[in-house]
Amino acid sequence: MEVTVRIRRYDPEVENPESYWQDFPLTMDDSATVLDALIKIREQQDGTLSLRCSCRSSICGSCAMRINGQAGLACKTQVASAIDDASTIVIEPAGVMPVIKDLVVDFALFWDKIREVEPYLQPQGEEPEGEYIASNESMLHLSSVTSCIMCGACVSDCTVMEVDPTFLGPAALAKAYRFTADPRDGDAKGISQERLEKLAAPTGMWDCTRCGECVTACPKGVAPMDRIMALRDQAMEAGLNNSNGARHAEAFVEIVGHSGWLNEALLPVKTVGITNIPGLMSFLPVGWRALIHGKMPPLVHHNIEKVKNVRKLVKKLEDPPPE
Amino acid sequence: MKYAFFPGCVARGGCPELYQAATLICQRLGIELQEMPGASCTGAGVLQEKNEFLGDTLNARTFAMAENLGMQIMTICSTCQGVMSQANFRMRKDPEYLARVNKELAEEGLEYRGTADPKHLLWVMIEDVGLEKLTELITRPLAGIRMAPFYGCYLVRPTDALDMEDHPERLTALEQVIETLGATVVDFSGKTRCCGFPILTINETNSVAMVAKHTSDVKDLGADAMVTPCPLCHLNLDGYQPKAQAQAQRKIDMPILHLPQAIGLAMGISRKELGLQKHIMSTKALTMKVGAG
Repeated sequence: MEVTVRIRRYDPEVENPESYWQDFPLTMDDSATVLDALIKIREQQDGTLSLRCSCRSSICGSCAMRINGQAGLACKTQVASAIDDASTIVIEPAGVMPVIKDLVVDFALFWDKIREVEPYLQPQGEEPEGEYIASNESMLHLSSVTSCIMCGACVSDCTVMEVDPTFLGPAALAKAYRFTADPRDGDAKGISQERLEKLAAPTGMWDCTRCGECVTACPKGVAPMDRIMALRDQAMEAGLNNSNGARHAEAFVEIVGHSGWLNEALLPVKTVGITNIPGLMSFLPVGWRALIHGKMPPLVHHNIEKVKNVRKLVKKLEDPPPE
Repeated sequence: MKYAFFPGCVARGGCPELYQAATLICQRLGIELQEMPGASCTGAGVLQEKNEFLGDTLNARTFAMAENLGMQIMTICSTCQGVMSQANFRMRKDPEYLARVNKELAEEGLEYRGTADPKHLLWVMIEDVGLEKLTELITRPLAGIRMAPFYGCYLVRPTDALDMEDHPERLTALEQVIETLGATVVDFSGKTRCCGFPILTINETNSVAMVAKHTSDVKDLGADAMVTPCPLCHLNLDGYQPKAQAQAQRKIDMPILHLPQAIGLAMGISRKELGLQKHIMSTKALTMKVGAG
């Protein structure tokens, strides 16, 4: 099949380096991967094209890049499925991390975040006589998280890291969950209190927007966002409720459990905390602008019909009676 | 064509103009809307952080109400759509899970039989109404208007729950509607990214930075307006654009239209009826250009 591979190139060694697009026309087999195409370009058309690759079978995690705007592994993506109507594939380096040359990015940021979550077991209880025993169930639960190959696809497409590189990010938070959900980590009950405290701080689990980009980008089914949501649940369960994120989730449940639907005027107040005067003041300009444009949510918040049934459900499922 | 109408909390709260515009265009399209006054909030993904089973049960309750009406659900909120689709996906693939949910609903005399297929107005437009029908109703084409699409995360991810494999047209639905209205699509890579709304009260700086990025990007591409099927994206991109301008230290002035407002403009509905004066960022220059005053 005839295809055009359009590559975002960058050479730091020229004078005034700037990135630019370059098109490479080539003929590929129907079964070829995007990585096959890139290697063919490097071998037959332009030996200066830089990219990382090794295993060619989605194990090493070297060849993550943006393919048609979305992060993924070049070796796991078929050319035939990636071409558009004009038989073109658009290839760019991974996002968020700085480009070194062409499709090679600097992973320092990625590894810093992984190190920050201390990715090793930290048991705190008394040492057992023999081995630490973990149930099959708990290990099976972790198997999808441990499939992470550190390719950086999730970090590349993270909407928060794009505007704020201090965010721990999807890879590191998913890695952290691998330990907080491990029964051998933390106290005798397997609760990783100290870890959760650190992860619940600013730049941690509550800064995720739940946009789902990382779940789509991950080539191994780690579903980092789902792990971040599980971390939030663990943090609230562990009593770490003194953050805007935790208050936001709790206030949401409380409000829906009272009137059946969202009270937009009350939610931000409960989120920043009713006694947090500076926090509340910060809403004033926005509230004022909404008011004069007729966009202020109704201050008298009526209940939905048959709200009693919703209240009952929320009460029962939030506070289940002991079995 | 009749639907059980699920406007979502925001269309009845902070974005009354969306509710108004949606009802007006539905009248013209011959879509009858039946409200479900007993339906609760979907949980917006936030309630699910704390208790996913509770969220799924509340959505099953709404689905059961629609089943009892003998109608499919239509919503005008990307977030509601996504949360309902995800809940439905979990329940429909696992009969045991659905049975557990139904056990909770039994007390109210409700049962979800698994036949709901909630659809956003955007999907209804391209799948049920059809763009030909829309074309017939256009009396004031948005010729010369450059419009950028902004989907909202929940209407594009995760693709399995949103049934994208069977409905690939959903991935370009917004662009198709914009073109049908006679406007020019301003394509940009941010169209399926996050608007920042979910972290507004948690990390306002980052949330506002996302607003600044997307609105500046389309401004630089020469867009006259951005159009979104998600009222939460609207709230952030419109309501926090003044802060975004201050943070980015530049003027952006990008009107953010709700999808039904854009459609209504092309149908010749007045600026006032569509509630276009209710935005934080002025839509005046845009409506003047369209000839809608």
